[in-house]
Amino acid sequence: MSSHEDVLNPKVMPEEPEKATLEGKNKFLGFWFFLGGETVLFASLFGTYLALKGSTMDDNTSQNLFELPLVFIMTMLLLTSSLTSVYAMYHMKNNDFGKMQLWLGITVVLGLAFLGCELYEFYHYIHHYEFTFRSSAFGSAFYTLVGFHGGHVLFGLLWIVTLMVRNAKRGLNLYNAPKFYIASLYWHFIDVVWVFIFTVVYLMGVI
Amino acid sequence: MAENTNSVNNELDYHKKKKKEEMKQQVITFALMIVFTIIAFTMVEADLDKLFVIPILFILAIVQVAFQLYYFMHMSHKGHEMPSLMMYGGAAVAFLTVLTLLVLVWW
Repeated sequence: MSSHEDVLNPKVMPEEPEKATLEGKNKFLGFWFFLGGETVLFASLFGTYLALKGSTMDDNTSQNLFELPLVFIMTMLLLTSSLTSVYAMYHMKNNDFGKMQLWLGITVVLGLAFLGCELYEFYHYIHHYEFTFRSSAFGSAFYTLVGFHGGHVLFGLLWIVTLMVRNAKRGLNLYNAPKFYIASLYWHFIDVVWVFIFTVVYLMGVI
Repeated sequence: MAENTNSVNNELDYHKKKKKEEMKQQVITFALMIVFTIIAFTMVEADLDKLFVIPILFILAIVQVAFQLYYFMHMSHKGHEMPSLMMYGGAAVAFLTVLTLLVLVWW
């Protein structure tokens, strides 16, 4: 009879370690359910933003505020971090714990850089343009939408770092493989939302 | 017994190779996404006609999101019927939500 330990620590990872256990399967389904809900949540924020975009009080319109070079850098950072988390999952499936941790680490660094850029951007708007959450309906809608996404980035980073630290000495097994997989799905979803933010908010905002 | 181990090893090599192939595809996907992003930003910088640029920006965004979902998030793999249902359901409600809010403002 194989013991509990053997089941969770096979010598070779099954083809889909994230779905090899019942717990993993449940996590997988439940998380996609959650992502469907998140899509609708972000849609309501996007809708609000589009509806209130023109309601400005002063010269602080989207055309005057947004600077595309910074947005471009932020997009590249987040897009690259998406690829590095794909690499992390590739090594997870090959049962290479060290490399997975390394690529997750790179993902976290890129995510932090993105967050740094966003903080700089908000700081810049507030101090140089006096454009705040309370300036206008446009301001409220902008900070709510983009800030909510930034909150997701922060949460994703804390999630990945927590997993990395908690499992540092455990290594990879079928108990924590689904956890890593789900966290990487969340990270990709953050990038999905950002694609719409840079298109709808920034690119369409400067046209 | 020895034969058995051999076939297991062969199978392992096969899966390893398959994963490597897939990883190559992922990198190509990533390169395409970068290209789409650069096209989108240059089109806006180039000051083209608004009615021409906006639809293309939307198409580029949707293609990029599809790449992200189907390749990076593996929705193209087997056993993703439920995730597809959730995402398409979510997208449909999302579309209605945005439409409703915009229509409310137009009138």
